[in-house]
Amino acid sequence: MAKHSLYVRLVAAQFRSQLQYRSSFAMEVLAQILLAITEFVEIWVLLHAAPVFAGLTLPHTAVLYGIARIGFSLGDLLFGQADSVNKLIKQGKLEIYLVRPMSLLGAVVTSTAQLRRIGSVVMATVIYIVGIRSSQVTQTPAHLALEIVAPLAGMLIFGGLFIIAGSLLFWITDGNQAVNTLTYGGRYVASVPGAALHPFLKGFFTFVVPATLIAYVPTCVLTGAPLDPFWWPGLAWLTLPIGVVVWGAALLLWRAAVRHYESAGG
Amino acid sequence: MRIYWELAKAGFRRYSRYRQAAVASALTNTVFGLIRASLLVTAIRTTGHPIGGYDALAACTYVWLSQALIGPLDVWGSSVDIGERIKSGDVTTEFLRPSSILGSALATNYGRGAFEFLPRSIPILIIGWLITGIRLPSSPLAYVLGFVSLLMASALCYTYFFILQLAALWTGEYRGFTLLGMSIQQILCGFIVPVTWFPGWLLAIDRWLPFPSMFQTTADLLTSTTIGTAAIGPLALQAAWLVALVGLCQLLLAAGRRWVVVQGG
Repeated sequence: MAKHSLYVRLVAAQFRSQLQYRSSFAMEVLAQILLAITEFVEIWVLLHAAPVFAGLTLPHTAVLYGIARIGFSLGDLLFGQADSVNKLIKQGKLEIYLVRPMSLLGAVVTSTAQLRRIGSVVMATVIYIVGIRSSQVTQTPAHLALEIVAPLAGMLIFGGLFIIAGSLLFWITDGNQAVNTLTYGGRYVASVPGAALHPFLKGFFTFVVPATLIAYVPTCVLTGAPLDPFWWPGLAWLTLPIGVVVWGAALLLWRAAVRHYESAGG
Repeated sequence: MRIYWELAKAGFRRYSRYRQAAVASALTNTVFGLIRASLLVTAIRTTGHPIGGYDALAACTYVWLSQALIGPLDVWGSSVDIGERIKSGDVTTEFLRPSSILGSALATNYGRGAFEFLPRSIPILIIGWLITGIRLPSSPLAYVLGFVSLLMASALCYTYFFILQLAALWTGEYRGFTLLGMSIQQILCGFIVPVTWFPGWLLAIDRWLPFPSMFQTTADLLTSTTIGTAAIGPLALQAAWLVALVGLCQLLLAAGRRWVVVQGG
């Protein structure tokens, strides 16, 4: 338990240090809010052209976007810098983290967590709540549970994806763009209706990167919108276990990556 | 002029060293292209008629072209590094050089763009053609005009992000400004969805802004949405915006130079 409180204190210290540059921090939070808005505008423009898009209406897509973006932003806030580990390797700074009396992953995460991403968490939550209200979701206990579990499971899955992306960069040090397919590609896919996707993407983003499961399936279950027969409604309840599996895979891969790492002898 | 040509060649050589990065980018651009094409085609199929002048094949061509041009055009200004140079103080050296700061940066950027055309544009167009099919213009004139427009769009995107990062001269910070500027530009330049898909009022506002000149104009020419003499107006507008943004940038640089001197740099 003492070990965990160390992590919490380090993250808190990191956040306090970011809050010191007030105007710069405010500007970045504002930018995060605007970013979340413009991403939703993109979906809204599509819905303006086709009012029922892949079975979903505008309120439905607000629920969809809300779940996907809250999950992504929280995962990004805490673990989003794991995929910049190759920069540390190139600069020869990884050794500094390796000699600390804590796990490498813990050290990297606690020294890079980005509080400014709270901006997009807040904006996505607003869109999510408006979406749930205007979709007239019947608030059964099961629905209520799903409304809370879905974004949190999204956080777990995206956090794991960031760590997987970071692990892969130990092998392909110039591969930031390639691993972006897992993280940012996953975010993009998670925030659009799965039914609209090319069959290859449906397969890849369900079985390899479980992005379509994060928000699309739960949204259809919550709002009663028609679910594409590629998926079944029961999957909405499996996102939490899937998140745990992704984390297991992420931690194993990270361990293999760190073992693979050979310092330049700095 | 000789110096800018040499800088462009150096830019080409510099980026040609990062082949792994170029291949990685091409892979990602392809996956994103397939996602975007799926979305636009779904919208067109749902309504059962072309949207904003785009049928399914035109929409796919538009998407693959835009994904293929991410590298050469650098639509999000990811290779603009003046903000970092200002923060580190390296900018003082740049101010001492006899060549123009913006001019040198633009020349290097053209060299970078010329290299990225090979590993990042051609493969994506071929993959797009294989997956969904694309419809490229048949007249040679369209390619010539498209290329001229691409050169201007590239300079416009670069100068836009250069101006945003100059904020670091006065505020010491540029990330927030850049992110704000990018989130607006990304939608309004027509990179995500063609601007003709916008609701009327948004399109009306956008026509008065420099953003469509940063991407949509070039895409229209290369997808044959704009043909023949209709191309004159958009190209002239692109040139006008380029003059305006470069002029603004030079003014800010001149003011910035005085400011840095005051700081004792």
